[in-house]
Amino acid sequence: MKPKFAMYWAASCGGCEIAVLNTHEKILDVDANFDVVFWPVAMDAKYKDVEAMEDGSILLTLFNGSIRNDENEHIAKLLRRKSKLLVAFGSCACEGCIPGLANLSPVGDIVHTAFNTITTDNPHGIYPRTSYDVPEGELHIPTLAKALRPLEQVVDVDYYMPGCPPESHQIAAVIDLVVKVVKGEAELPPKGATIGVGDSTVCDECPRARNVKMIKEFTRIQDIAPVDPTLCILEQGVPCNGPATRSGCNARCPQAGAQCIGCYGPAEGVMDYGARLITAFSSVIDATTPEEIDHILDGIPDPTGQVYRFNLAGSLMKANKSAWEKA
Amino acid sequence: MTDDTFEPTIIGFTCNWCSYRASDLAGTARMKYAPNVRLIRLMCSGRLDPTFVLRALSGGADGVMITGCHPGECHYIEQNYKALRRFLLLRRVLTGLGIEPERVKLVWASAAEGAKFAAEATAFVEEIRKLGPLNWGKADSGQQTVDHEEPSTVHRPSSEVEVPA
Amino acid sequence: MSDQKQERVGVYVCHCGTNIAGTVDVVDVANWAAEKLKHQGVIIAREYKFMCSSLGQELIEKDIKELGLTRVVVAACSPHLHEKTFRTAAKNAGLNPYLVELASIREQVSWVHTDKVVATAKSKAVVSGAVSRVIENRALDEIKVPINPNTLIVGGGVAGIQSALEIANAGFHVYLVEREPSIGGHMAQFDKTFPTLDCSACILTPRMVEAGTHPNITLLTWSEVTNVAGYVGNFHVTIKKKARFVNEELCTGCGICQEKCPKKVIDDVYEAGLGYRKTVYTPFAQAVPNFPVMDKENCTYFIKGTCKACEKFCPTNAIDFAQQDQMLNIDVGNIILATGYDLFDARRVSNYGYGRLPNVFTSLEFERLSNAAGPTSGNIVLRDGKTMPKSVGIIHCVGSRDKNFNNYCSTICCMQGLKFAHLVHERTGATVYNFYIDMRTAYKAYDEFYQRVLEEGTLFVRGKVAEVTDAARNDREKGKLIIQCEDTLAGKQRRIPVDMVILSSGLQPRKDAKEVGKLFGISCSMDGWFTEKHPKLDPVATMTEGIYIVGCAQGPKDIPSSVAQGAAASARVLDKILQKEVSLEPIKASINKEACSGCRICNGLCPFNAIAFIADDMVSDINPALCQGCGTCVAACPAGAISGTGFSDAQIMAQIDGLLLKNLEIGNY
Ligand SMILES: Cc1cc2nc3c(=O)[nH]c(=O)nc-3n(C[C@H](O)[C@H](O)[C@H](O)COP(=O)(O)OP(=O)(O)OC[C@H]3O[C@@H](n4cnc5c(N)ncnc54)[C@H](O)[C@@H]3O)c2cc1C
Ligand code: SF4
Ligand code: SF4
Ligand code: SF4
Ligand code: SF4
Ligand code: FES
Repeated sequence: MKPKFAMYWAASCGGCEIAVLNTHEKILDVDANFDVVFWPVAMDAKYKDVEAMEDGSILLTLFNGSIRNDENEHIAKLLRRKSKLLVAFGSCACEGCIPGLANLSPVGDIVHTAFNTITTDNPHGIYPRTSYDVPEGELHIPTLAKALRPLEQVVDVDYYMPGCPPESHQIAAVIDLVVKVVKGEAELPPKGATIGVGDSTVCDECPRARNVKMIKEFTRIQDIAPVDPTLCILEQGVPCNGPATRSGCNARCPQAGAQCIGCYGPAEGVMDYGARLITAFSSVIDATTPEEIDHILDGIPDPTGQVYRFNLAGSLMKANKSAWEKA
Repeated sequence: MTDDTFEPTIIGFTCNWCSYRASDLAGTARMKYAPNVRLIRLMCSGRLDPTFVLRALSGGADGVMITGCHPGECHYIEQNYKALRRFLLLRRVLTGLGIEPERVKLVWASAAEGAKFAAEATAFVEEIRKLGPLNWGKADSGQQTVDHEEPSTVHRPSSEVEVPA
Repeated sequence: MSDQKQERVGVYVCHCGTNIAGTVDVVDVANWAAEKLKHQGVIIAREYKFMCSSLGQELIEKDIKELGLTRVVVAACSPHLHEKTFRTAAKNAGLNPYLVELASIREQVSWVHTDKVVATAKSKAVVSGAVSRVIENRALDEIKVPINPNTLIVGGGVAGIQSALEIANAGFHVYLVEREPSIGGHMAQFDKTFPTLDCSACILTPRMVEAGTHPNITLLTWSEVTNVAGYVGNFHVTIKKKARFVNEELCTGCGICQEKCPKKVIDDVYEAGLGYRKTVYTPFAQAVPNFPVMDKENCTYFIKGTCKACEKFCPTNAIDFAQQDQMLNIDVGNIILATGYDLFDARRVSNYGYGRLPNVFTSLEFERLSNAAGPTSGNIVLRDGKTMPKSVGIIHCVGSRDKNFNNYCSTICCMQGLKFAHLVHERTGATVYNFYIDMRTAYKAYDEFYQRVLEEGTLFVRGKVAEVTDAARNDREKGKLIIQCEDTLAGKQRRIPVDMVILSSGLQPRKDAKEVGKLFGISCSMDGWFTEKHPKLDPVATMTEGIYIVGCAQGPKDIPSSVAQGAAASARVLDKILQKEVSLEPIKASINKEACSGCRICNGLCPFNAIAFIADDMVSDINPALCQGCGTCVAACPAGAISGTGFSDAQIMAQIDGLLLKNLEIGNY
């Protein structure tokens, strides 16, 4: 009997699922070597089918998305129980990613923004309720949590596979590895390892030339013309998150002419990704007086967003004070 | 916020050559200052990794005091300028996280400035006392789920319209 | 964090007599640690009257041996006092000294707090921080490096000469680098020196000659240090020996070239602008070495392409217009900086009229005027070169003790003002007024000199001079310089007309002191003087091992103190040389090459140039010999690729948690 495989989509955009499909014929290896028991985006399945499975009966679960509501949390716990290996798949599951930026605001504000701003057509001011009585009985929709959490803040995670989304060649490599493990040809990495990544940061894979950096002004990439295609982007004054971001993507963004925005998360052993970028950017500032330094820092209009774009929910502080204060 | 019994907990980072010696001098001179500051000795203010500050604030500290030699007097020549740059960017990031920037303070104190060290420590404790507890360590961002609640800043229309059946 | 085997930690709480025990319940702290920190590995917690006593140390040593302690925390005084004591105790008992952590509950608790309950609670937190931290400490080995016995001395004033002679006489080699054509410094410009009034040249020249001919001294004048690499015991220094255009091998110092050179220029350095020199010149007759240098900027040949008078007349063909600057590389073990001071620029105090009113002189100008070998052959005359003044005003503290200029006292100006008063009186019989804020005549035989000058009839006015002007208000003032001043003893304003005014200008740091400090890796105080390691107990050492500062480079002082410092630093250097090797603190940063991305963020951060980028591997690397262990790069590396011994992330993070009592098994205290 083939080992069982599951994949789930919690709070996330769905790009991770597409990335898996983007592995092209590699996907056939999954089918050939696994019995896919639960993968809502690819096949019909019911939660109760999973609930009925024996604990630990799924060999491998790729969990993508973070925990935003009680449904996400319930399924995370359920899949944890049922799976031998639970992989936090993609940046949302690993560290909160873009949905985690919602942690900058209290949940009430988020709901309000979603249902009551000029971009929303809600003439009657209708707001969702978590439970509602209809003749057939009580209806429920999931309840939002105060803040968004990455998977590891809810359940024990075996492996982490970052990326927004993880690069297809990395997914393919991981599939290869797991297939080999199943066949007894390879060993699993130690529990807690980050897989499908390089062992350094994006600069390691970035082909751009670099020097000792001294920056007098930070600017946005669209504001410099022409951008030198061969020189380190940070050296050109654009805050590039490459120095602090885990390698593995082949420096996709700098190769394409844009600064790295940090989707692969922190390097091995780093406790707080944002802190690493704070030191990176401040280290290249060429000024000594507070006024000059502040002036240069004005070139980074949203410092919190800059250093925590993908990582806020997984950072030491996890959320803006207002998000957890209001309960 | 108006808790009379609130005693701030503050982590202070000192450099081995100036500010730690200033605190030693405050001791030898028997100067009295607020007991809320707990010190960590680094070799230089340049050793200060912003992670330390985040770890302290997220771990229960109400404020963090970063100290070092005066500009131009760092034992390692110029590393306190690097600390200054980090501090200024860190403070902006903390502001974006809703933390009052006053909770993290940078103080220069030479080895001779025991009195300044003591006075700055006491003043900082009072500032934090006014701000109230940070309580970050006690906040767990997700433990309890909440129903869709009042927005904090914008007024929400009072009449909720029934969803048509 | 350290998940392998649990450490066995011993905690020792010191009473320090009543110093700690008077404010902290030490018994409670020890019991608490034993109970609440047990799960972290604390297997024993004791308190004792004096931990630093031999009995206290034995207690620790015994526990290390008998209980197999792997970590020790001593809650006592500041690590700056007794860290070494307890580390040595641990070492004696076979435990690596770096596995000991001091928790300061005296300087940081009992001496600064009064409430016993609060102080005891804080002590617990401090101990908890130290326990968490010590568990993350790693065994480290002291680093031993051999000492190169050669010494570099920068600056050949009286202080540098003294240092050089002391070391050379002890049998070790010295490189003495001086940027002017001759050694001697400021002292070579003076006529007489206070308080004994001995002739400056008579006492200095023999020293200069001795330094110039000493077999153990390599004298490099007209030279400057351009690069310094390395660390104590092993400095690599690059020296630029500027082209003299005179071949030192051939030159005999006969002086014919100077004589024949047709071009005269004002000598702003040695003659303080009062006299002339040729474009090929030695600054003064007794110059050491006595080979001239050619001033390329002013030399007619270099400007117009013809002249070469010097070359024609030189009997030994020593003139060499093709000479190039030379770069010399030397290795030395220790460096003494004796770069001296600059004179405060009196033009900055515009109300005293220097540069505008011809008969206002600076102190250095007066030294040259009164010098028998100076431009006036020692005749004290007005700017016209012939009129002897009938009345002279000497203004003290010019540029010193003044918020607008330098806050500090320049130390020597009072004595120098008195010296001038005496010389004017002796040579001209003029009436002399000294204007002073306070008379500072400390040190041996100084106040006696003051008494002597008083008795000679010099008039003293206490008060800061507001202005020196030539705008006469009456006939008595006509054609004179009027000194407007408040006489604070008489309590009234005075206007005193004089023929000549001498400004006792202060001393200030060399204008390139900051750059020189940076070159050698030492710092300057806010005022700009080089900073000593300890203002009282270590006045000639600096924070950078192997670099010493002497004379006025360290701060304003007189000749005796400059000489004393010169000798003191030599003793320190000789001590180092004789030890043959030094041990360095094993607090160093290092880069994990696998993790390094080659981003080069760290490359600009190290002031000691310890971080190099290896272009072939696209990674950075730290030279442990150059690293001073500040930790800046450790904190900066965005990839987390740099780690630091002694102050690792794990240690500090653990201490933070410990101080916040997050390491306790059960709740808060
Ligand atoms: C007007 C006046 C009168 C004084 N009269 C007296 C007195 O009567 N009695 C008394 O005790 N004191 C007197 N002093 C004080 C005295 O001048 C100093 O105490 C003494 O000269 C200090 O010696 P020094 O070697 O430290 O410095 P300096 O004499 O300044 O010598 C420093 C030397 O270092 C050289 N140097 C500087 N920078 C570099 C560099 N980067 N590389 C290479 N070489 C360099 C300089 O060219 C110079 O030769 C007087 C001071 C003044 C201004
Ligand atoms: S900072 Fe960005 S552009 Fe520069 S080397 Fe690193 S990844 Fe490339
Ligand atoms: S360069 Fe940065 S943002 Fe772009 S894919 Fe790679 S890690 Fe993600
Ligand atoms: S900062 Fe870190 S990753 Fe970047 S070059 Fe230096 S050691 Fe390497
Ligand atoms: S720790 Fe300091 S001295 Fe050592 S390499 Fe890093 S920056 Fe240089
Ligand atoms: S040593 Fe004090 S700030 Fe650098």
